[in-house]
Amino acid sequence: MSLLVTKDLVKWFGDTHAVDHVDFSVKPSEVLALIGSNGAGKTTLVNLISGLIRPDGGRILFRDRDVTHQSVHGRIKAGIARSFQLVNLFDQLTALDNVALTIFSREGKTTHLATFASADSAVWDEASEILRLFGLEAKARMLAGGVSQGERKLLDVAVAYALRPKLLFLDEPTSGVSTREKAPIMDTITSVVRSTGISAAIIEHDMDVVFNYSDRIVAMHQGTILADGTPDEIRRNETVITTLIGTTGAP
Amino acid sequence: MSAPTRVLGQPRAGSSSRALLVAAPIAALLAVVPLVVPPYGAILLAYGLVMAIGALGFNLLLGYTGLLSFGHSAYFGVGAYSVALMVKYLRVGSMELFLLGAIVGSVIVTAVFGIVCVRYTRIFFGILTLALSQVLWSLAFKFFWVTGGTDGLRVPTPSLFGGLVTGAGDKTVFMSHAYYYYVLILFGACVALMWVIVNSPFGMALQAIRDNETRAEFVGVRIWRYRWVAFLVSGVFTGLAGALWVPLNGLTTPDIMHWTFSGELVFMTVLGGFRSFAGPVVGAIVFNYLKTYAVGYTVYWQLVLGVVLVTLVLSLPTGIVGSAEKLLARFQRSRP
Repeated sequence: MSLLVTKDLVKWFGDTHAVDHVDFSVKPSEVLALIGSNGAGKTTLVNLISGLIRPDGGRILFRDRDVTHQSVHGRIKAGIARSFQLVNLFDQLTALDNVALTIFSREGKTTHLATFASADSAVWDEASEILRLFGLEAKARMLAGGVSQGERKLLDVAVAYALRPKLLFLDEPTSGVSTREKAPIMDTITSVVRSTGISAAIIEHDMDVVFNYSDRIVAMHQGTILADGTPDEIRRNETVITTLIGTTGAP
Repeated sequence: MSAPTRVLGQPRAGSSSRALLVAAPIAALLAVVPLVVPPYGAILLAYGLVMAIGALGFNLLLGYTGLLSFGHSAYFGVGAYSVALMVKYLRVGSMELFLLGAIVGSVIVTAVFGIVCVRYTRIFFGILTLALSQVLWSLAFKFFWVTGGTDGLRVPTPSLFGGLVTGAGDKTVFMSHAYYYYVLILFGACVALMWVIVNSPFGMALQAIRDNETRAEFVGVRIWRYRWVAFLVSGVFTGLAGALWVPLNGLTTPDIMHWTFSGELVFMTVLGGFRSFAGPVVGAIVFNYLKTYAVGYTVYWQLVLGVVLVTLVLSLPTGIVGSAEKLLARFQRSRP
């Protein structure tokens, strides 16, 4: 039983098959890593599933419902959320505002014109709690544009998490941060994900991160799925090693 | 050095009470103006307050939603012409009915124009709003049998508060006292309403759209819908300003629908500072004095205003209020 399934999913950019008849799935409560070289189609696949771009063919089923033609808003309501490769925040708002706004939106309260946002203490309490989960409580009143890159990465995930999704796509959550910061960021993210029982699909290039934190790995190459298996299976997969990892030694 | 902080929506000790503390003495000062200054001064300030309502509406789009409209003269004109046409065709003289007519008129026009404009941003949005306002200007200009063409339409002194206060007697006294207070009450109501809107969850969503449209969509904010509502509210505020302006002026002509008047609204907002709530209000009042005295002193008044605008953009990019806030912050930091 899968949470998300894509069937024969296709996306062309001109003559390039960015996603080429891909059958992909995510199971409930798993942490899945999506790996592949640049241009393999990982981000395009996530963009298709999250609704940022439209497929040229195939279907996307989420909890057995066809969401292929649903709007971004519809997919969020269904339970799909995402973060971005290049951190996408509301830089002129504080870290707490970023999360609170997301909660207001989730609760359908952003349509309220005639009430003070500050009066809704339940929303602010929840926003503070989410920042605490991600270790960002000390940054709550700082502008999102003013915190460090590692904290911005965490805040980006915290904002997506505030939608209370059932499936969270994270596009390179440790890119652009120092090696020293990667493990704490991934520890925090996977701890939150596993404690709440949601599924996460993480696009990642760092193989240490991939093998240490995922339950299952899907390897993509030139728009197709090259391999799909547990970290041990992928470690032993000669095709993946020669095509993506570039060494025959186990990582 | 710590990173900058800005607190918008989260609970904080009495942000609205602090705003009230600032607003109360200003309101008291504005209330005594007709008692201590000559009638001309009060009427001039009434013009400034009316423009401030328009600029406040305009800034909901520019400062809070990140959309620069060059077509707000259209909604100001719709407000003014709604009043003038009610006088001409319905023989109405009640200010409350004028305001109702202006709100209905500006809702209809803004709703339609908004559907066309809010799908675009940046230069495309600006050009579309400008083009649509020029369509209305040309209609007001050419359909002279309805609009009076370049001669415009006259609007007599209205009755206020359901006929409790009438305009019989000296018009200058009426405008500098009864009408001034009427404008002041509506100005206060508009400021309070806009304060609530920009501090509401809806206001936060607008600021999110301004900062990062893509992310706003991915936290579930329906971009076009929110922009359209902001466009509507903005247009209605400006339409209301047009309705309040026309009895003061006694006449409406197509000039107020021309794009150059939209430019004046942009000028006012930039002058005061579009990144602060009070900026457009201060900018509108200062601009009104600046223009009035520049016109009185020289035929090259546009040159004077142009020099002021260039100097302002180069030396005080955050406007009068933004610069004052910076100075105040520096002063507070320098205190032991």
